[in-house]
Amino acid sequence: METTAARTDRAELETRDMLLNIGPAHPAMHGIIRIVAKLDGEEIEEAEVEIGYLHRGFEKMAEVVDYNGVIPYTDRLNYVSPLINNMGYCMTVEKLLGISVPERCHYVRVIMAEISRITDHLTCVGATTMELGAMTAFLYMIKAREFLWDLVEEVTGARLTVTYCRVGGVKADLPEDFEEHCRKAFEETRKVLAEVEGLLKRNRIFTDRMNGTGVISAEDAISYGITGPFLRASGADYDVRKDCPYAVYDRLSFDVPVGTRGDNMDRFLVRMEEMEQSMRIVEAALRDIPPGPVLVSPDTGRPIPAAEMVDLAKMGKIAAITGGCAVACPTLEGSGRDRHPSIATDEKRVFLPPKEDGYGNIEGLMQQFKLVMHGHGVRPPKGEVYFPVEGANGELGFYVVSDGAGSPYRVRVRPPCFAIMSALSKLLTGDMIADMIPTFGSVNMIGGELDR
Amino acid sequence: MNNSSLIESVTARFPGAVKASHAWRGDATMVLRGEFLLEVARYLKEDPALQMNFLMDLSAVDYSTFGKKPAPAFFASSGVALKPSSQIPDEDPWPGPPDRSRFAVVYHFFSMAHKHRLRLVVPVEEAPDGTVEGTVGRVDSLTDLWPGANWLEREVWDMFGIGFRGHPDLKRILMYEGFEGHPLRKDYPVNKRQPLIGPVN
Repeated sequence: METTAARTDRAELETRDMLLNIGPAHPAMHGIIRIVAKLDGEEIEEAEVEIGYLHRGFEKMAEVVDYNGVIPYTDRLNYVSPLINNMGYCMTVEKLLGISVPERCHYVRVIMAEISRITDHLTCVGATTMELGAMTAFLYMIKAREFLWDLVEEVTGARLTVTYCRVGGVKADLPEDFEEHCRKAFEETRKVLAEVEGLLKRNRIFTDRMNGTGVISAEDAISYGITGPFLRASGADYDVRKDCPYAVYDRLSFDVPVGTRGDNMDRFLVRMEEMEQSMRIVEAALRDIPPGPVLVSPDTGRPIPAAEMVDLAKMGKIAAITGGCAVACPTLEGSGRDRHPSIATDEKRVFLPPKEDGYGNIEGLMQQFKLVMHGHGVRPPKGEVYFPVEGANGELGFYVVSDGAGSPYRVRVRPPCFAIMSALSKLLTGDMIADMIPTFGSVNMIGGELDR
Repeated sequence: MNNSSLIESVTARFPGAVKASHAWRGDATMVLRGEFLLEVARYLKEDPALQMNFLMDLSAVDYSTFGKKPAPAFFASSGVALKPSSQIPDEDPWPGPPDRSRFAVVYHFFSMAHKHRLRLVVPVEEAPDGTVEGTVGRVDSLTDLWPGANWLEREVWDMFGIGFRGHPDLKRILMYEGFEGHPLRKDYPVNKRQPLIGPVN
């Protein structure tokens, strides 16, 4: 509390504004943001935010590769939850094509997207607390993230750049014992979340720095186009999964946590609750997921390694491989012929054939060849579509324009944290310089998606 | 409000403003005359039946090479899904690029109260000397209505060189100050290299 005397003292003192440059090479700015702050003592009078240090020309690159070739680039947008980007892009192109995917595929996508959302929130909350000095909570959360990334690795074969979805389906079905592994990972994650919540929620240092800092009202947040947990912490309950349901979200029950004050603490609490809700969604989805039309495997003969089958075919030894079933390499597990109808759309001009067909018969080979050859791949009709999904930071929208050629004419991403970053200067103004750290942390700025 | 009544209500309010409209794949779209943009945007935001309080996205498209890529003859019929999904509406045909002009600025609006979306397209003519830049700008800025438009318009300026009339601080955002050209234009080669210059202090 300031006394009147102290205030008059300060008024008599001659103060000069100080210009402080923070970033881009500052650990709390994640290496890619520059804030030029005008300070009056410790108070921020003005802040100019500069972005663009991680611009890699995603939108330009998307115009020169084919439709499936964009998917690896989408991994690098929000690299903490790449599965949501994959899903958003693929669903946009599917809308452009006018095709739908099997129900099981929708469930698989939802499950993977929600696991991604948890990893994203864990990273965001963990990094914020680390920047406030709580290294323990950060390490705990990264430990929990590791359990979830093991799940992701099990399904997609990769941890970070997963490239799991395909236009018209996903790469492979869930592995056999996924449900059991998922249950175990969630058990561990819940333990960690309870532990971290115990460490932080009533921690004096943490709450003092989070409460009442970085406040934004719901109206202001909406006028800046802010969505996601950041908006919900301000009290507006907009969630794409509830309000414009896609995939199978309308069949799964979950709650949308909403804050009241719109400060850093509320954003922390909203994210903590959303992780729990995401786990609920995954559990419900795993319970409801249809078994899918798993075909009877045509194992009349012995399984032949795919490469060997190709060699035999080249030598004309057709009799040796007739009725045989090619065994593709282990990283392709789950994408075999028996699983194919449940994970991919029944549309030959969009989705690659199962590996056994690609290696084993001429129709499959032709289908594979035509889809992979440049200029022959997926070719949507002329048109433009916009499709939003709920990313970890808010509404992640893709706007794709097609001119009927093999590569997109224009791909535009609506990156959720771009809107939040554009409001950052407003969020910081009036706060202390030390409040910049939790506020910037709760923005969950992801450079890949911000700068594209 | 559904797509057709959305389009109808705006068309009825501003009879001269709407050049064309469609709802291909369920996305309500209207091509506007640029001079009506501010009025229409204000109407969308403030009308109680519309309440488009979100400016979700603002971007642009360079239509100069649209449909000019040579297409292989095989798969000529592709684009027609064999089994069109029943969930994706497909009543309206897509009328093609909005105008003969080179650029189109595309706005996506969303109403949180009514959960409807609308896309506005404003064609931007290229000036006779081949430029669309200039201090005046070709499209009205929406920064007064949505402060979030500020950065989005800066990005469009940066990537396409389309100026915005009334923008408070139109400068590059993703590229650096010394960068030459506008990278998302179709005539900017994808593999072009420029010397990287640090930020100007």
